[in-house]
Amino acid sequence: MHRRPPAATLCLYLLLAGGALVMLLPLGWMVLTSLKTYPEILRHPPAWLPADPQWENYRTVWDGFAYYRFFLNSCFVSVMVIAGTLLTCCPAAYAFAYCEVRHKEFWFALLLSTLMLPAQVTVIPLFKAFAALGWVDTYLPLIVPAWLGGNVFGIFLLRQFFRTIPKSFIEAARMDGASEWTILWRLIVPMSLPAVLTVVVFTFLWSWNDLFNPLIYLQSEELVTLPVGLLYFIARAEQLTGGSIGQHPWHLVMTLATVMVLPVIALFVFVQRRFIEGVAAGGVKG
Amino acid sequence: MNTRRADRLCFWLFAGPAMAGFAAFSLWPMLYSLWLGFCQYEVIAPPRFIGLQNYIYLFLHDPSFWASVRVTLVFTVVQVPLALLAALGFALLLHQPVKARSFWRAVYFLPSILPQAAYAVIFGYIFQGDGGLLNQLLALFGIEGLAWTMSATWALPVLIMMSLWAFGYPMVIFLAGLQAVPRELFEAAHIDGAGAWARFRHITLPLISPVIFFNLVMGVIGALKVFDLAYAFSITQNIPPGGPARATLFYGLNLYQQAFGFFHMGLASAMAWLLFIFIMVVTAINFRISRRWVHYEN
Repeated sequence: MHRRPPAATLCLYLLLAGGALVMLLPLGWMVLTSLKTYPEILRHPPAWLPADPQWENYRTVWDGFAYYRFFLNSCFVSVMVIAGTLLTCCPAAYAFAYCEVRHKEFWFALLLSTLMLPAQVTVIPLFKAFAALGWVDTYLPLIVPAWLGGNVFGIFLLRQFFRTIPKSFIEAARMDGASEWTILWRLIVPMSLPAVLTVVVFTFLWSWNDLFNPLIYLQSEELVTLPVGLLYFIARAEQLTGGSIGQHPWHLVMTLATVMVLPVIALFVFVQRRFIEGVAAGGVKG
Repeated sequence: MNTRRADRLCFWLFAGPAMAGFAAFSLWPMLYSLWLGFCQYEVIAPPRFIGLQNYIYLFLHDPSFWASVRVTLVFTVVQVPLALLAALGFALLLHQPVKARSFWRAVYFLPSILPQAAYAVIFGYIFQGDGGLLNQLLALFGIEGLAWTMSATWALPVLIMMSLWAFGYPMVIFLAGLQAVPRELFEAAHIDGAGAWARFRHITLPLISPVIFFNLVMGVIGALKVFDLAYAFSITQNIPPGGPARATLFYGLNLYQQAFGFFHMGLASAMAWLLFIFIMVVTAINFRISRRWVHYEN
């Protein structure tokens, strides 16, 4: 290999570090702001750094504005959606990978075609149907689709991975009298943990970050998830905190935003390597 | 042998729920919204067939429709190429032999997985005229900032800016594409005296063109569907959705307003189908043009 001149190496790292700083700047500003006092926000110009970090801001929003409720709501919805996704996407991927039936490719292509379908096309009929069922303002519209294989991308990703497992494994297990259900959960899924993990993380991100669906289907304040809860808070911040009109209590808003973002970052720290590789593999193959 | 029957049974048991979900949550709503697009449906009364009137209204009389088309197209045409350039640029940097590559990669990827609503809120604050970080930084250089988010000229550029933090997915896919380029080609070209640019232009670019194409298609589809970012931005700025002066009225936001703000659900269904058709046409055009510049091996 050709050696790189030291100046080029320095340049490379400077670029990388500068870029990283810019990437993290909004998050850093969010956390810094969340630790300020209201007077520090209102000052002209606002304080760069909090003089005395206000960790109480977190308690204020958590208890004072019942933010723990939004947090728990988000957790509940995400867990239910992930559970449903795994329970229905794994068998579906298995069926499309291993069961020999006629027109299988056609069915699969049909399923995949929904990836092109914008949510805006389906949302109005679905809203009408869910309203008729009395499901509006419950979690059912957010959760039930996941329990019916709603994560088509997950099915695709899992099938791609399942197909790399040699068929002889399955045939051997069938010889031993294992049922297809057992083969799926005892053999195939444990062998495909990286793909399963990628699907779990994707599902979590979609569910946790989603604003569109909770905004449409949830109306009671005590039911909403974090993204909607954050916007509720901002829209009514003046009333809630007695602040001046036109200037949000940004310190508390940023505290809420931090609570919403932190679980995603924490999860990412643990799974980033596997997850990013899963994304790359999915993109290059797909 | 009854394996075929067993296979069929297994297939429908295992894939059945997903197929039922497909029928209930994709196929039926899709066809039903096509029908609703030809109806007047304002929720209080059942849908009433009115032919092409929704489409005629959108094209000829609705002041917000073309405004939202314009916003979305400007966003797409500006944001997608910039995001792809950033993604390719950082992928090329990370493709160099660097220490702690996965750390850098994770840092650049992180903003892409955070909720867009949170980004709209954070950037809304940073770009605020009064007490925003940007104006504070500009003041250090003696430049007087303005109320970026309240300006009909600047609000859309601000949204484009904030969406440029999220280039992680195309970057990672570019990186995987770069890693698949055989090293021997570079060695050979180097021996033949090709410079860095020539190697990039004549080896790297053609070989990663399928990946560029994939990222382009995904980027355009994503840009046409923007909602969370624009909605959260409006709420944060205390302005009606799409403001100021419709400068950030993205198509998805306009559609949401028509359907769930004003309950013009027939009209919104027509808008949804126009979006769907537009996405399909743009994707088809992309595929057609791609034959000219995308280089597939074998």
